[in-house]
Amino acid sequence: MSSQDIPEENLPAAQDTAHGAVGVADEKHPFADPGLPPHEHRIQDVDERAAKRSERSVALMFTVSMLATIGFIASFVAIPHDKSVYIFPIGHINALNFALGLTLGLALFCIGAGAVHWARTLMSDVEVADDRHPIEASEEVRAKVHADFKQGAKESVIGRRKLIRNTMFGALTLVPLSGVVLLRDLGPLPEEKLRHTLWSKGKLLVNMNTNEPLRPSDVAVGSLTFAKPEGLEQHDHGFQNEIAKAALMIVRIQPDNIKDKRELEWSHEGIVAFSKICTHVGCPISLYEQQTHHVLCPCHQSTFDLSDGARVIFGPAGHALPQLRIGVNDEGYLEALGDFEEPVGPAFWERG
Amino acid sequence: MKKLSARRRHPLAALVVLLLALACTGGLYAAFAPADKAQADETAQSLAIDEGKKLYSVGCASCHGTDGQGTTDGPSLVGVGAAAVDFQVGTGRMPAQQPGAQVPRKKNIYSQAEIDQLAAYVASLGAGPTVPTKEQYGPEGADVAKGGDLFRTNCAQCHNFTGKGGALTHGKYAPTLEGVDPKHIYEAMETGPQNMPSFPDGTLSAQNKKDIIAYLNAVNGEESESRGGLELGGIGPVAEGLFGWIFGLGTLIAIAVWVAARTAKAKKS
Amino acid sequence: MSTNTSTQSRSRGKAPAGERVADWADGRLGIYSLAKANMRKIFPDHWSFMLGEVCLYSFIIIILTGVYLTLFFHPSMNEVEYHGSYIPMQGQLMSEAYKSTLDISFDVRGGLLIRQIHHWAAVVFLAGMFVHMMRVFFTGAFRKPREINWLFGFLLFVLGMFTGFTGYSLPDDLLSGTGVRFTQGAILSVPIVGTYISMFLFGGEFPGDDMVARFYSIHILLLPGIMLGLVVAHLILVFYHKHTQFAGPGRTNKNVVGMPLLPVYMAKAGGFFFLVFGVIAILGGIASINPIWVLGPYRPDQVSTGAQPDWYMGFAEGLVRAMPGWEINFWGHTLVLGVFVPLVLFGLFLAAIAVYPFIESWVTGDKREHHILDRPRNAPTRTALGVAWITAYMIMLIGGGNDIVATHFHLSINAVTWFVRIGFFVGPVIAFVITKRICLGLQRRDKEKVLHGRESGIIKRLPHGEFIEVHEPLSQEQLYTLTAHEQYQPAEIGPTVDENGVERKVKGSEKLRAKLSKAYYGEESQIPKPTVEEYKEITSGHGHH
Repeated sequence: MSSQDIPEENLPAAQDTAHGAVGVADEKHPFADPGLPPHEHRIQDVDERAAKRSERSVALMFTVSMLATIGFIASFVAIPHDKSVYIFPIGHINALNFALGLTLGLALFCIGAGAVHWARTLMSDVEVADDRHPIEASEEVRAKVHADFKQGAKESVIGRRKLIRNTMFGALTLVPLSGVVLLRDLGPLPEEKLRHTLWSKGKLLVNMNTNEPLRPSDVAVGSLTFAKPEGLEQHDHGFQNEIAKAALMIVRIQPDNIKDKRELEWSHEGIVAFSKICTHVGCPISLYEQQTHHVLCPCHQSTFDLSDGARVIFGPAGHALPQLRIGVNDEGYLEALGDFEEPVGPAFWERG
Repeated sequence: MKKLSARRRHPLAALVVLLLALACTGGLYAAFAPADKAQADETAQSLAIDEGKKLYSVGCASCHGTDGQGTTDGPSLVGVGAAAVDFQVGTGRMPAQQPGAQVPRKKNIYSQAEIDQLAAYVASLGAGPTVPTKEQYGPEGADVAKGGDLFRTNCAQCHNFTGKGGALTHGKYAPTLEGVDPKHIYEAMETGPQNMPSFPDGTLSAQNKKDIIAYLNAVNGEESESRGGLELGGIGPVAEGLFGWIFGLGTLIAIAVWVAARTAKAKKS
Repeated sequence: MSTNTSTQSRSRGKAPAGERVADWADGRLGIYSLAKANMRKIFPDHWSFMLGEVCLYSFIIIILTGVYLTLFFHPSMNEVEYHGSYIPMQGQLMSEAYKSTLDISFDVRGGLLIRQIHHWAAVVFLAGMFVHMMRVFFTGAFRKPREINWLFGFLLFVLGMFTGFTGYSLPDDLLSGTGVRFTQGAILSVPIVGTYISMFLFGGEFPGDDMVARFYSIHILLLPGIMLGLVVAHLILVFYHKHTQFAGPGRTNKNVVGMPLLPVYMAKAGGFFFLVFGVIAILGGIASINPIWVLGPYRPDQVSTGAQPDWYMGFAEGLVRAMPGWEINFWGHTLVLGVFVPLVLFGLFLAAIAVYPFIESWVTGDKREHHILDRPRNAPTRTALGVAWITAYMIMLIGGGNDIVATHFHLSINAVTWFVRIGFFVGPVIAFVITKRICLGLQRRDKEKVLHGRESGIIKRLPHGEFIEVHEPLSQEQLYTLTAHEQYQPAEIGPTVDENGVERKVKGSEKLRAKLSKAYYGEESQIPKPTVEEYKEITSGHGHH
């Protein structure tokens, strides 16, 4: 779209010509630009005592700045880094941080305040008008540049020797590919990594807090327990990656209150184990309301109903929390009866 | 006296008298009423249960039923234990002013002795968690750092990093843990009041609970240091952003106005 | 011979030392030619013209403090046990990044102050850019020839957001780690390539061992490098275009009125740098920001309520929180609309403000240079659009903090979320209508003032008993200022039949433009400014009003 198809008269007249010549203020042009108002003197311009006062204020501010810097160095040396101090109304805070912040701030602020006060009261405040020049080049310059460019292009014979041109474009297009290929080793391919967790048949459910395997009797109705697969320790390399998928949230619901048939089947006497990782974007979801059996995600408020297959009842999550099928082994400990049957955590394209 | 009679027709006189009267009756009630009830013998368990039952029938039975069996207005108290009573009544949540999504903490109206009697009575209805002793929730032998880790695993998701509280669904909320008696925190973990899940010893061992309380005391106690300065509510970036806009950018804009403003002109004669 | 003369021409042996140094430099750098054009360059005085300076200076503060922080920060995710001076973390396992941030906060004297200045400056930097952009938008300073500079500024804002995000993620604390987890989840939602991008960005599965090191190089090198280049280009263009100014006596489209760079602006702008630095240093001394020691080290299975990003990412957070959980499964694939739609909206919403100058210039068809700023009231449609955009932004900010809003105003979080969902669509419309009406009302008041003068507050009783308020005529300066703005006429579709009588087809884009132009400049969108004739008619009648 060019401006050509807008009739000129639809554009308003330029501002500087709208009201006639500058400075002509008569009956004919009541709104004419009267031009820059005459300069008025400041108090400091006419009263030397006022100017002296300004000078002293500026010097005072610069002096305060110097003192504040000395204060900064003194605080740095003298105040122990762990000294706590009560400052009203801030509260108990670190003395060194407070002292350094205030002195540094003051030292900087006073330099600025002094300089600005100096500029405002003592430097000339006569307003000056500077002309603007159009940014577009004159027609002459424009023609010259175009001609030069054509001349250069012609001399390069790029237009005539098409083979050179085309192979050059080809080479230039291909060469960045090396850079792209080099990025390949930034990480492995996704493959099936997002589909599996550490859980497998027979793995005990270990209490996150006590590091002991859980028994059904440990899990009371209304309680909330977090578990990890046996053998996963915080010191292990890869703990973070594994717990990011394997973290488990265990609650016990009266079997009568479990509405979802599969959930009941996969539970042990009402003890249900769900993934702690939200299916929205992966926050550890665990705001469990024991009376309603709702669990809320603190990040984006997806709400799941743990008594009904952990289906989504509010918020941006797209599907239910995966449930881990559990049972009890011969020694009476809670164990997993396999891995999660679907990927835990946020959904992704290949999830299906 | 003259002054008094002169002001008796003041429009606010009636209000002042009313307030005085209310204060007097309230004060009298406070002075005498509990004194009568506090005569129960604290040593005899059965006596305590009897006294507790009396208190119960006055303050609790209307919602929880005459024998703690529960009604539509309140849950059964059989098996909740003394710890639940000590928490609910001790933090002023019970008796509730009105049934609702969540009963808020308010000023406690019972003396500790009365709470103990109530607790004894409710405990007699069915076994449940007992009131913890000072050794259980005291700071001795607690691992503060471990407590922090446990707090972030079990508690922070609702109560925030340092226990400032947070939102739950449909207007419910996890209350702040600031200024809450360590005993009550212990009891809350044990009994799971209202919508809070419980953390019985099988889930969170007694030592774990002790650690958590020690951690809370370290980061959210009265003497806790907010090292960097103003804590801004301890609720994270929302408060920080508001503060940055108002006091950071706001101050700078005010300064910019000063820098760019015209200096006062000498008055034209 | 020629060399001889040139040495002679500069051999002023008695010149002061400063002059001689300058001469030396000029012989090599040509600084005199540069200084000739710029030393007495004129800058107009207005407080809103200093918002950009706030951004520039906070950017410099961020760089200075950031360099200091790199001296102590270890961008590594190796797990170590903490044994520093912060008691409630003793013996905890954490990444080296988190540990070194604890050390900066507890064991390096002044380290906490620099950390807090760095973070507060970032908050102020982004807030400053937001307000600066709004100033440029509402005064129309983005018009030709400044569209490119608008884009540079826009890019700086967006890059600033991501630099901030990568920066606050570096300490590897529980809060920022949760934010990174959210980012990873959002990346996974991208159709087809999501899982690949995630694996490549994190060097495998989340969180992996590489995140901090990679974010570190992005945060301290890549993004600030680009930003520094853009800042320089932005400033060069500001110098080259010369600053815009508001209409006023003597201020035309062909000049710029103000104070010279040397000495006044040197002192004011230089002084303002110290003022900005001083204020932010004091903030760093008295107000805590991102106290990572209470947040704890990141663990993917731990979380805290109130998990928010810094404010500039808050609106993206709001989009994600308000979005319903749509998910489509087909042919073994999942389209995660609940996350992907907000991700796309986030980009589109920002892009809308970036391309606005080009849309407006297309609608007006105006290709002239504009150096006189509009008062927001004199461009009602633009102002209303801007306010509508800000309204949507603010509603999403509320959405991003819906849990904090819920607890602090005793509301239901579900109600807040529903308010945000509806408000995102309804709020901007209401804001648009109200803003436009206010602008038109202000235009009417200006017109009234020009034609009838200023209300003096003096009540006069006329001989026949009527009371009137005396209106004082405006000075010529005021009359000029209030009538200096331009008013466009709505563009119409040109003749559909050309000179040869051949009918041409009216393109859809032409129709659209005519429509938009009418919406911008039609009768309902601006009050015709007073004309000389109107003014004369009223004033010649010795009108009492």
